[in-house]
Amino acid sequence: MGIKDIVNNAHSSWMNSDGPEGDVITSSRIRIARNLSGIPFPNSMSTTDAEAVFHAVQQAVSKSNQQLNKLELLNMGELTPVERRVLMDKHLISPDLLKDYQKKAVVLSENEVFSIMLNEEDHLRIQCLLPGLQLEKAWELANNLDDDLEQVLDYAYSAQLGYLTACPTNVGTGLRASVMLHLPGLTMLRQINPIINAIAKLGITVRGLYGEGTQAMGNLYQVSNQVTLGLSEEEIIDKLSSIIRQIIDQERAARQAVHHDNKYQLEDRIFRAYGTLKYARLLTTDETMKLISEVKLGVNLRIIEGVDASVLNQLLVMIQPAYLQKQANRELSAQERDVLRAKTVRDELNINK
Amino acid sequence: MNCERCHKRPATVHLMQVINNQKTEMNVCEYCAGELQQETWGFGSDFNLNNFLSGLMGCGYSPSLKKSGSVACPKCGSTDTKITKGGLFGCDQCYETFEEQILPLVKRIHGTMQHTGKVPKRTGGRARLEKDIRLLKAKLQEAVSKEEFEKAVKLRDKIRSLEQQLQ
Repeated sequence: MGIKDIVNNAHSSWMNSDGPEGDVITSSRIRIARNLSGIPFPNSMSTTDAEAVFHAVQQAVSKSNQQLNKLELLNMGELTPVERRVLMDKHLISPDLLKDYQKKAVVLSENEVFSIMLNEEDHLRIQCLLPGLQLEKAWELANNLDDDLEQVLDYAYSAQLGYLTACPTNVGTGLRASVMLHLPGLTMLRQINPIINAIAKLGITVRGLYGEGTQAMGNLYQVSNQVTLGLSEEEIIDKLSSIIRQIIDQERAARQAVHHDNKYQLEDRIFRAYGTLKYARLLTTDETMKLISEVKLGVNLRIIEGVDASVLNQLLVMIQPAYLQKQANRELSAQERDVLRAKTVRDELNINK
Repeated sequence: MNCERCHKRPATVHLMQVINNQKTEMNVCEYCAGELQQETWGFGSDFNLNNFLSGLMGCGYSPSLKKSGSVACPKCGSTDTKITKGGLFGCDQCYETFEEQILPLVKRIHGTMQHTGKVPKRTGGRARLEKDIRLLKAKLQEAVSKEEFEKAVKLRDKIRSLEQQLQ
């Protein structure tokens, strides 16, 4: 399976609903920033420098031990805008890789667990993405891949400041550990802002689905560490995991409380959402994200039986404009997208009844 | 009127962007408007992390000591003015060139100036040995406090051999 297949297939392994704590945690991601010594950082590099990075990483990748999950490099310039956007919707690349894409490339593993973004803000951004709460496992995998690459690549490193990065906020470990949480219960009880404020004081940030500067859509929040220097990788992950576990407990309690206190209102709301998804003929992205969030809550609370939560996670990608245009294989007007979106949702929910 | 971007389809969307007080206006078709939005998606805000950083750096830098813009990194040519403006360093050498300004900045962000995490295996050299010795010494203390003397002796020998490698 090549990268084109990855773009064509809406499913990624992080969407599986059977990950640990899968009722609240959608996915866990580890990202490590690395730079090559002697080449200007991406913000001031020439096209020749960019190619030197591609070449060095290609060499390192071909010598890595990831035989079972072959890694493949693809220049962003070889993809269409729609294909690039699908990779972003699948969380395999960041929005930053869409800008000035001629100097950028991505290395993907066949199973989509690994991606290495080349010449994003740093030369390498090694990413490992797993379903559910699995930060330790994701770190172990990313760390091994990093060790493999380091056998060939000369990283920019200083004994005092650790791994040197373009932005001083990433210096040290270069590690960003983040978890995607589905928090409909806490959102309904208006507990999100107090939580955001509380954990911000602990050096942890909460963001919308696609990271910095984006809104929380479909009650999905991304929680990640802020500090990258002065703590070991394991300490960073431990601290984040223990905070996440507390949020999970609070979210579960919130869901039970809402269901207990407003049984009929909640069930009515969830079944209306389910009905709309199953029968609507026109759906906008925003509306669909909201409805999917409600149905997912219904599945988790066992109010709705027979719907696989993995399908709902996958739909979050399938309903995005880029994937719809990819399916239609042409440009679509806003209304055409709404029609195709509604049909896609109906088809997926009816297959998996 | 045709789209100003693709020059093919009729322009139906009027796009206006304000970046650093510079207003740009464009008449584009619906398709190009979508693509342009995808390209800038999530980056509409002018007030991002880098603006904050340049603020932090600005106050750590004392213009009375050196004339702003007078120092340039010998490797990538980035000047302190450029870095302060963009909030990003140009290359790994910048960390040495602008050390005076960078260390206080790093301290402001992370609360510390000392990395204690991973050391690259092949190129880490001395730093890796030092870290391994630190970890082994902690283990030795633990072994002694638990009166596990056989283990402690092994650890002590290991520390000695690593310390010899350091010299």
